[in-house]
Amino acid sequence: MTALQILIDGFAISALYALAAVGFTLMFGVSGVLNLSHGAIMVVAALVGWWAAGTLNLGVYGGTLVGILAGLAAAYLTYFIVVRPIQRSRKIPREETEIFLLTGTLLWGIMIQVAFAAIFSDNPVTMRPLIGGIATIAGVRTPWNEIMIAVLCWVVIGLLWLLINRTPAGKQMLAASINPRGLTLLGFDLSRIYLLVWTIYGVLAGGAGVLLASFLGVSTANAGQLTASAFSIVVLGGLGNVSGSLIAAFVVGYLETITAYLIAPTLRPVPALILLVLVIYFRPQGLLGRR
Amino acid sequence: MTGSTASSRLARRALAAAGVLGLGLTLVVPCSAPAAEPPIKIGIIAEASAVAGASIARAAQMGADDINAHGGVLGRQVEVVIYDNHSSASESVRAFQRAASEDHVAAVIGSYISEVALAIEPWSGRLKIPFITPGAASTEISRHVHEDYNTYKYTFHGWLTSAFIAQSICDFDHDMIVPMHAKTTVVMSEDAAWTTPLDARFLECLPKAGLKVLDHIRFNPDTTDFTPIFNKIEGEHADVITTGISHVGVQPTVQWHDQHVPIAMVGQSSQATTSSFWKDTNGDAEGVITATAAAPGVSFGPQTIPFTNAYEKRFGDSPSYAGYSTYDELHIIADAIKKAGGTDPDKMVAAMEQTDYVGTIGRIKFYGKNDQYTHAIEYGPGLVSGCFIQWQKGKQVAIWPKDKSLGKIEFPAFIKTPR
Repeated sequence: MTALQILIDGFAISALYALAAVGFTLMFGVSGVLNLSHGAIMVVAALVGWWAAGTLNLGVYGGTLVGILAGLAAAYLTYFIVVRPIQRSRKIPREETEIFLLTGTLLWGIMIQVAFAAIFSDNPVTMRPLIGGIATIAGVRTPWNEIMIAVLCWVVIGLLWLLINRTPAGKQMLAASINPRGLTLLGFDLSRIYLLVWTIYGVLAGGAGVLLASFLGVSTANAGQLTASAFSIVVLGGLGNVSGSLIAAFVVGYLETITAYLIAPTLRPVPALILLVLVIYFRPQGLLGRR
Repeated sequence: MTGSTASSRLARRALAAAGVLGLGLTLVVPCSAPAAEPPIKIGIIAEASAVAGASIARAAQMGADDINAHGGVLGRQVEVVIYDNHSSASESVRAFQRAASEDHVAAVIGSYISEVALAIEPWSGRLKIPFITPGAASTEISRHVHEDYNTYKYTFHGWLTSAFIAQSICDFDHDMIVPMHAKTTVVMSEDAAWTTPLDARFLECLPKAGLKVLDHIRFNPDTTDFTPIFNKIEGEHADVITTGISHVGVQPTVQWHDQHVPIAMVGQSSQATTSSFWKDTNGDAEGVITATAAAPGVSFGPQTIPFTNAYEKRFGDSPSYAGYSTYDELHIIADAIKKAGGTDPDKMVAAMEQTDYVGTIGRIKFYGKNDQYTHAIEYGPGLVSGCFIQWQKGKQVAIWPKDKSLGKIEFPAFIKTPR
């Protein structure tokens, strides 16, 4: 009984982790940016979505859409206000760009978090489920919403796979991740590719934020934790490796769920962090990393 | 040309005249009336962005407005100086120091978090500034006053101690839940200073009330996924979940509802004491029972209903439990200043110890030097006994004490027990 419960709950949370982490890793793979304002962008989507659904009376679907758009807008702002100026600055030495990007996005994330806490308070908000009701799977009571979230995450990840592997834009992105200089020499505009990556990223992070709000609830205080969990999943899977991140999301999701059920809910994040330390120690390139 | 010069000359003359007149006024006023005395400042240190804490500053402002509308205190206006402590104990201590040294407040009302109140308490003694917490619950606060009266006597515990909150929940269970054929419970509390004495009393008084305690779960307030906890409680076949939650509230409630956990939640759920909880949970609060200070439409004294209505009118939501107590405590401090004939802290403390004030939460008296809970609010029938509400269709319905209750307990359909 508990085993089945762990299987179901772990699957839902892992799928959500995967959705949240896949954009994060794609961004690093293609443009070399580790966006530490990731959690804050998810929080923006969740809070704006909740606000639109409730206060603006747009209902749960309208709220979800507005939330995703807010996530996209936050991603664009991050790119245009923080990331691009650092990438283009002549005053920052090339080899230090990554450190500046880490610091810049980290501080930006904190700014977003504090501003949103001032507007919305640090109390968690929850979106109404997209679909209500309860399904009983072999005796385990499972909200339909949880099942739908798992399915939706996989559909979106599938669409992303198609986009990357089957469309010209996706192939350019792949090429940019392998050899950006070669791509520029062939006459492709890198900044357009970057913009596309940020667009995909914004939609994915926004979607993950809104779904998390309807699954467990989100508060501004979660921003740091969300960034940390995406970061550990991505490092575990291999930086920039999309399939590695998917596997890592499930490893982390199930490890957490098993810990919460069988040991103690309080220790939930601990084993995944221990695993992360071990991976960094013995296999620094991550599970499927190539660097 | 000439017209415009004439008009500008006229304007200049008018200005000069106004200046002379103004000067005359400032000269005249002090002669005709005594100089207005500076306002009496009262510091409010609260959690502006937390549900239970946000009510504190708002209610204090309302209290000050009411006192000023009735002529102030000793002919002086009351001014509240509000500090947001961001739910942090260290920021609260800094705010307290600033309140004392820069803003020269006469007293401080602060926080619903026990860790914060416990951090301020020694500073209240060192700086000799009377301090009341309107919402913290830990029994440690009054224990310090009891054990070292001369050092800590400036601190008052303006809300029920955890032990009394637990006792009121047991009393409620005995009167209302046990008769519904509930026999067993699991205590589920967040890990915090206020729940240690709360849980200790729960484990003692729940069996006496008729509920066998099957398990005692303490969880980290950072918990976001409550499914494993609910799953465990359900596996233990408990009839009731006895809650001790204040830092968390929305997430366990929404998950309890979305997952149709078939067990009633009864206890202290501080966030559920304010009306915004319904919106925050999208209505998933339906059926939740919590202890609180007072409830809309229920009178614990002549001020309860007018205050609740005025608060709702001004801020859109009903006050949390700490809002009610803050409002009363501002009046208690004002009365103490009146009795003491000024803001001398020792005289104020002596006056506050004599408090016998009927406020929004009932008749408020503080336990004396020789009582176990020195300077905490006295609990009992005819004094402050708290009140229980259940969320029903978007409204907080008072269900206990029996003489105040306006409605019957009704659980949502997914709750199996108690019936």
